[in-house]
Amino acid sequence: MRAWARDRIGWDDLVHIAAKKRVPVHRYTLFYYLGGMALFLFLVQVATGILLLLYYRPSSSEAFESVQYVMADVPFGWLIRSIHSWGANLFVGVVIAHLISVLFLKAYRAPREMTWVTGAVLLFLALGFGFSGYLLPWNTLAFFATKVGTDVPAQIPVIGHLLSRILRGGSDVSGATLSRFYGIHVAILPAITTLILGAHLLLVQRHGMSIPRSVEGKSRRSISFVPEFLMRDMVGWLAAVGLLAALAAFFPWELGVKADPFASAPAGIRPEWYFLWMFQGLKYLPSKIAGIPGEMLGVFFFGALAAAVVAVPWLDRRGKQGVAVAAVLILIAAAVLTVLALLPVPTSARP
Amino acid sequence: MEATAKASGPDAVTRRSWVSWFLGTSLGATLVTFFYPVLNYLVPPESSEPSLSEFELDLKASDVAPASGRIVPIGGKPVLLLKNAAGELSALTATCTHLDCTVQYRAERSDVWCACHNGTYDVKGRNLSGPPPRPLTPLEVYVRGEKIVIKRA
Repeated sequence: MRAWARDRIGWDDLVHIAAKKRVPVHRYTLFYYLGGMALFLFLVQVATGILLLLYYRPSSSEAFESVQYVMADVPFGWLIRSIHSWGANLFVGVVIAHLISVLFLKAYRAPREMTWVTGAVLLFLALGFGFSGYLLPWNTLAFFATKVGTDVPAQIPVIGHLLSRILRGGSDVSGATLSRFYGIHVAILPAITTLILGAHLLLVQRHGMSIPRSVEGKSRRSISFVPEFLMRDMVGWLAAVGLLAALAAFFPWELGVKADPFASAPAGIRPEWYFLWMFQGLKYLPSKIAGIPGEMLGVFFFGALAAAVVAVPWLDRRGKQGVAVAAVLILIAAAVLTVLALLPVPTSARP
Repeated sequence: MEATAKASGPDAVTRRSWVSWFLGTSLGATLVTFFYPVLNYLVPPESSEPSLSEFELDLKASDVAPASGRIVPIGGKPVLLLKNAAGELSALTATCTHLDCTVQYRAERSDVWCACHNGTYDVKGRNLSGPPPRPLTPLEVYVRGEKIVIKRA
């Protein structure tokens, strides 16, 4: 059997390459697990997502009901759906943690700049998955989150309204928007992600694991990737699956109320936690600053931030901590805004 | 047989560069004929709005309580129908001018509020506080017989 495989797919060569890969051991080795964890959680999303789309119906008259069916009647549907919803949040959290650890360990230094860039694009793709997937249950929260989210790009001058129309499939959020977001979520983003993820992983293989400057030159202990590191990786993955199943069982993801395009936005409405810093920040922007609409400035700021994230390897100066300091300040600001967004504010208390 | 590909001389260079240019332009034009329909496909068609200028609601004037407001659909868009304490009806477009959420009437403050980012307007639609950059558009309301009629802006 093995000889058959060997002759046809070059099995020996693959085994040889895998056996050569080694992982350096030092006090930051723990952070090496985050990338693999992000990949694993992505695969969990793909698997649960495929299972969900066997029952889901992407039309405004049936979407909510189909999710309700999955939660109530399909055997273990509640488990699959809640794992998918919780998994999305865990996935985004781990991707952000992975970015933060690579940032502070400066693993983006030459020759790994393109690994960082593909990684930044993967972060934006993950947020795109989150945003497009959020609408699919077609409940009130999702409907208004999408209204706001598709109005933000409309602030971009010249092309903004066209962009918003393309995203929404019309001038308003409607069944047409649901169709588009479904196509984006299950076809367009997966196709793009496969390409970029493939590039990201190939680059990681090519350059090997980066060693932080502060532990460079010290004893170069290393363990084999296969089987030592991979086995430890898999313990982490098993723990992640366990966590997701526990969350699904004890904190099932809610269904909400079916979206009514003519209802008012309910009090207390807000997006998922990873967009809360944007949400809260937009609340504080006055309607006009020096004649420019507040949201336009907000959108430009977010765009500039995204560009800065992509450009990190070139913004970093050897031996200087500029990037790390800026990152700490931005993270603290984002954390503060997120906490502020979560505090309950009684409507009658505001002036 | 005459050698057709001259390795030297200005003629050979001109012929090759002309063929290259022609090939490149043809390929470019072909790509454009593929992408033009695809890009236009992405932009959704304008929805045909009904040409009605006024909408009669399935609501009697007496059904609306004084000092209250409710959302009614007009031509596919939400509209806020208000009745003040004196019993006069008025209407405003209910799409917040900030980021498109649907506003609501707040009876305890007699104002109009957007839950998404805390924008407030007065009952005439003027933006008072928070992020909204423009006022809501007032719409004409009148009563025909018993039914409420709203005129599109």
